Amino acid sequence: MPMLNKLIRSREGQLVIFTAVFFLAVGIVSPTFLSFQTVDSILTDSAILMIMASVQMMIILTRGIDLTLAANIALSGMVAALIGMYWPETPLFLVIGAAVASGLLLGVLNAVFIALLGIPAIVVSLGAMTVYRGMVFVLSGGQWVNSQEMSAAFQAFPLNRMFGLTNLAVIGIVLTILFMILMRHTRFGRELYAIGGNPAATDYVGINTKARLFAVYVLAGTAGGLCGYLWVARFAIAYTEIALGFELLTVAACVIGGVGIAGGTGSVLGAALGALFLGVLQNALPVMGISPFWQMAVSGLAILAAVIVNSRGRRKRGQQILRVSN
Amino acid sequence: MSQVLVDQETTTPLLEVKDITKEFPGVRALDGVRLKIREGEVLALLGENGAGKSTLVKILTGVYQPTSGQVFRNGRPVSYTSAQQAWADGIAAIHQETIAFSELSVTENIFMGHPITKKGGLLDWKRMNEETQALLDRLGITDFIPQTLLKDLSVAQKHLVEVAKALSHDVSILIMDEPTAALSQKEVEELFVIVRKLRDEGKGILFISHRFDDIFSIADTFVVFRDGDFAGEGRIQGVDEDDLVRMMAGRSVEKEYRSRKTEAGEPVLVVDSLCHPTEFKDISFELRRGEVLGFYGLVGSGRSELMHVIFGLNKACSGSMTLNGAPYQPGKPEDAVSNGLAYVPEDRQDCGAILPMTVGENITLASLSKITGGLRLKPEKENEFARRYASLLKLKAHSLDQIVGTLSGGNQQKVVIGKWLGVDPDVIILDEPTKGIDVGAKAMVHSFVAELVDSGMSVILVSSELPEVLGLADRIVVMREGLMCATLQTGDTNQEEVVALATGLKTKQDSSCPC
Repeated sequence: MPMLNKLIRSREGQLVIFTAVFFLAVGIVSPTFLSFQTVDSILTDSAILMIMASVQMMIILTRGIDLTLAANIALSGMVAALIGMYWPETPLFLVIGAAVASGLLLGVLNAVFIALLGIPAIVVSLGAMTVYRGMVFVLSGGQWVNSQEMSAAFQAFPLNRMFGLTNLAVIGIVLTILFMILMRHTRFGRELYAIGGNPAATDYVGINTKARLFAVYVLAGTAGGLCGYLWVARFAIAYTEIALGFELLTVAACVIGGVGIAGGTGSVLGAALGALFLGVLQNALPVMGISPFWQMAVSGLAILAAVIVNSRGRRKRGQQILRVSN
Repeated sequence: MSQVLVDQETTTPLLEVKDITKEFPGVRALDGVRLKIREGEVLALLGENGAGKSTLVKILTGVYQPTSGQVFRNGRPVSYTSAQQAWADGIAAIHQETIAFSELSVTENIFMGHPITKKGGLLDWKRMNEETQALLDRLGITDFIPQTLLKDLSVAQKHLVEVAKALSHDVSILIMDEPTAALSQKEVEELFVIVRKLRDEGKGILFISHRFDDIFSIADTFVVFRDGDFAGEGRIQGVDEDDLVRMMAGRSVEKEYRSRKTEAGEPVLVVDSLCHPTEFKDISFELRRGEVLGFYGLVGSGRSELMHVIFGLNKACSGSMTLNGAPYQPGKPEDAVSNGLAYVPEDRQDCGAILPMTVGENITLASLSKITGGLRLKPEKENEFARRYASLLKLKAHSLDQIVGTLSGGNQQKVVIGKWLGVDPDVIILDEPTKGIDVGAKAMVHSFVAELVDSGMSVILVSSELPEVLGLADRIVVMREGLMCATLQTGDTNQEEVVALATGLKTKQDSSCPC
């Protein structure tokens, strides 16, 4: 049983097992939880977080962080919503294209400061997230775009079904798989791991570190743009504060999924599973009858627990995930 | 003065080291060395790189414990297990690279770890600043004040802070490990004024330096180590530089690490009057096919900085290079790699290996373009590739999936070298390839260099280990303080000549740099 052994010992395997056990345990307490509807809504609810956690993982892997992802969703989503409102005749693919282009542009802006100018990612993205959020306000004039102002096609796309799943879930799964392939099976992915592991050494190997980092931030921004449209269309509303604090949820998913905050370790699968776990948790808490007032605190505790398990588990193998600087 | 010294011969030394041996797995760093530090005396400790000077300093300051032998303090046998104990017993060391908190003030640095507090437990800054000022006055320092931040001080001034810190502990023995390496001549003079002042106060000073100028102007007595052995001692009066060089370098057998072929190939890399604004000037040499060109020099002689420029990590301000006859101007390391250069950097942990990645991933990293042949990686080809170089280097790892960070230093170095072999470069630069690795791995690296040149590669070997350079290189470029002193044929030279050139016994330098 070497395969099973490997599965149990890997961070991803443990997370799958833990999530499954948790899922079943909730199901025993309230049997209605064990249904296709639950799985369907968990996948649909977690899709955006899966995508965003995957790109956040690539950035954290290279010793960076992108706090602008949530603001990017809000701004790109607003761009899509405004186009949908003022030009309802615009074909959907163009609306989505506009949101993606907006995200790409924001990604390029981040990349210029972080990758080319070498300013610390946390500083750049902390400033930029406020600027991008402010731009949502400027674009919309502080107004909401609500469901009456969006066309039916605009709203329907995320929840339309394909292969028995919502489009949102399908997009989430497909993109996650693509990102997994990108990180595990291409030279680009391997080089990102190397940059995260030792940026000085990659210079000596002749890898163009700046170009790789540039690409990562642009990719993350682009994904953010797509998710902007998905978010606004799914919830049928666009306003300045959507996805507020969501950037931290992407980081949390990465940490739960075993992505090393110090860079160099982790996997897309781990980050996506971390997102899925948060989705299960959020769907389970109401079912378990936990008061809405407590739900946030319980989610937070789960994240903390994951971090502690993470740092202890790695230490045993002689490798720390949260490196103590000395 | 000499009368005073004679009187002291009969008194108990402040510190005496008797027959100290220190073994590390596979290496004997010190083998029965001895020395005496007396009151009011500056003792110079001399030796090449690797002679065991730093190991002795670490034993005296409690970092290492000797395998055998004894240290006596005022005639009483002592053994320190921590730097704190050594401090408490009046021994302080000032290291070449000062360890300081750059964002804190002079006072905070001096009282770090032993602050003066008021009754309520709050820090008494007023008193600490006053005491710091008193220390600075005692040393005659007027160009900075207790409140100055360390980051605003020069390297020389930081050394003085270290001296003041030692005095704040009321030490009687001060060990200075190459304090002048990074200082200008004027700063050295200023430091020596203070060292003499301390000596006249009755402190014993152990002064480690490579520079004969320093030793002749400051030391009263000397002791020489060679390859961990005691090689001689005496008074500075009565010896000259040639005597000291002979003691430092006089090895009876020279080891050959490879058989040399007589014919040298055509020039591969030609460097013509390369200059760097601060690190080196006027460097010209040519590297021929199938040749090992050694670069020898003391720490700080500009060798690594020169290699950084050749590899495109840094830019020269003037001069030119050609590679295989074509002009070569690397703007970034990528250019160097694509032109057939490879660089195994000096700092293995910081710049060489990617510690969180596996052995296989490290070895294939530089050759991914070759192995993938497209967008997608090919795990089977990668594995086969990594396995080939791992076995070629006799790598000790339990699988290709082992994380490099868990390997020993020598095996990590093999991984770093293995990474480049797959690229099949024309020129490989090895910067201190055997630093800090055990004897077995060292021999492995040596035989490997021989194989590389036999296969037609050209090797630049930067090393501070003279036997290694003499044993491996066909020709040796000796550098001193950023200048080339000489290019020697290994067959026509000997250790004394190389050491003399590197330490500046014979100087001939005239630089013509426009920048």
